[in-house]
Amino acid sequence: MARITAGVATSHVPAIGAALDLGKSREDYWRPVFAGYEWAKEWIAKSPPDVVVLVYNDHASAFSLEIIPTFAIGCAERFAPADEGFGPRPVPVVEGHPDLAWHIAQSTILDEFDMTIINKMDVDHGLTVPMSLMFGQTDAWPVKVVPIAVNVVQYPPPTGNRCYALGEAIARAVESFPEDLDVQVWGTGGMSHQLQGPRAGLINREFDNAFLDRLTSDPDALRRLPHIEYLREAGSEGIELVMWLIMRGALGRSVRELHRFYHVPASNTAVGHIVLEPVAK
Amino acid sequence: MTDPSDLEDIPGTTVFTAQRSRKGYHLNQFCMSLMKAENRARFKADERAYVDEWPMTEAQKQAVLARDYNAAIAEGGNIYFLAKIFSTDGKSFQEAAGTMTGMTAAQYAQMMIDGGRSPEGMRSIREGR
Repeated sequence: MARITAGVATSHVPAIGAALDLGKSREDYWRPVFAGYEWAKEWIAKSPPDVVVLVYNDHASAFSLEIIPTFAIGCAERFAPADEGFGPRPVPVVEGHPDLAWHIAQSTILDEFDMTIINKMDVDHGLTVPMSLMFGQTDAWPVKVVPIAVNVVQYPPPTGNRCYALGEAIARAVESFPEDLDVQVWGTGGMSHQLQGPRAGLINREFDNAFLDRLTSDPDALRRLPHIEYLREAGSEGIELVMWLIMRGALGRSVRELHRFYHVPASNTAVGHIVLEPVAK
Repeated sequence: MTDPSDLEDIPGTTVFTAQRSRKGYHLNQFCMSLMKAENRARFKADERAYVDEWPMTEAQKQAVLARDYNAAIAEGGNIYFLAKIFSTDGKSFQEAAGTMTGMTAAQYAQMMIDGGRSPEGMRSIREGR
């Protein structure tokens, strides 16, 4: 049977991808950002999972205002890097795992989550920057990916509680998949940042670090955190953090923190990164 | 359930609500068209002619032509869509975000290096906190 072995969360700042692609990762500005991922890169290289269920949001790349799915699951064989306005990132095509993806789609829909099934989708920096941070520059990604795209662009995004519950449903789906697979669930986006208006540049270290703490100590408090609190405290784009709760929900009641990194800034954004492991009941 | 009036209570912040999404639909869809290289080339060759192909209001068109992102957001633009315009210009998210704050690019970049903008006093207009 398939099993969830770990959860990873990370910011997915586009400038991080650009820094890597343009060979700037050793510059003084960027070195500390990439150094913060060295632990996780070594950790995942030692025993890479077979599949990553990668929760992210599309930034007006695959989805315009024509169709705005709240939760979408990528069931395709492969996903090409999107052209976000300056050409696609020079990174490998992302290989899907259609068998597992369709299984998760069926299982979660019958579990009363109304997923949108996507058979063709380009993936933007929201998905490819976390891949680059965890696997570096490579000719082929070492894992298959089931993309879960969450709307956090059009208000309202799903609630934190709904995200957490979807994570639990994804865990039930993975655990009922008959193939012997190691699966990680990643939550991406955040941490505090605001990209628009006179309040652009907002960063809230206290909120971010409390959020990181509560993933382990009090996830129920995070489930109840209303959107307005994210918007006020973590910035209009900080609301991406609801996606981390899908990852957290998939890991079960109790988790152990294996690693944490927090750094300000990468471009406009506070970079947060955490690695969690489920603890058997 | 968040009280809708709360969404308008955050200083210097525009939440992309249903109402704004409807108002900005054609502006944002114009932005999406810039994801194709051939459209970027046509836009750069004659910006006015290109925006005139879209059923946008004159205020929306002027915001685009002036690269006035605060005005574009007031007209229903969403920052992730507007990003297609500044990407076409070869500008970064940081440069574009900085233009909305009244700071110079250098001042804004320095504020970020110094830890970003504090939320103190920037949480609520009503409550002055």
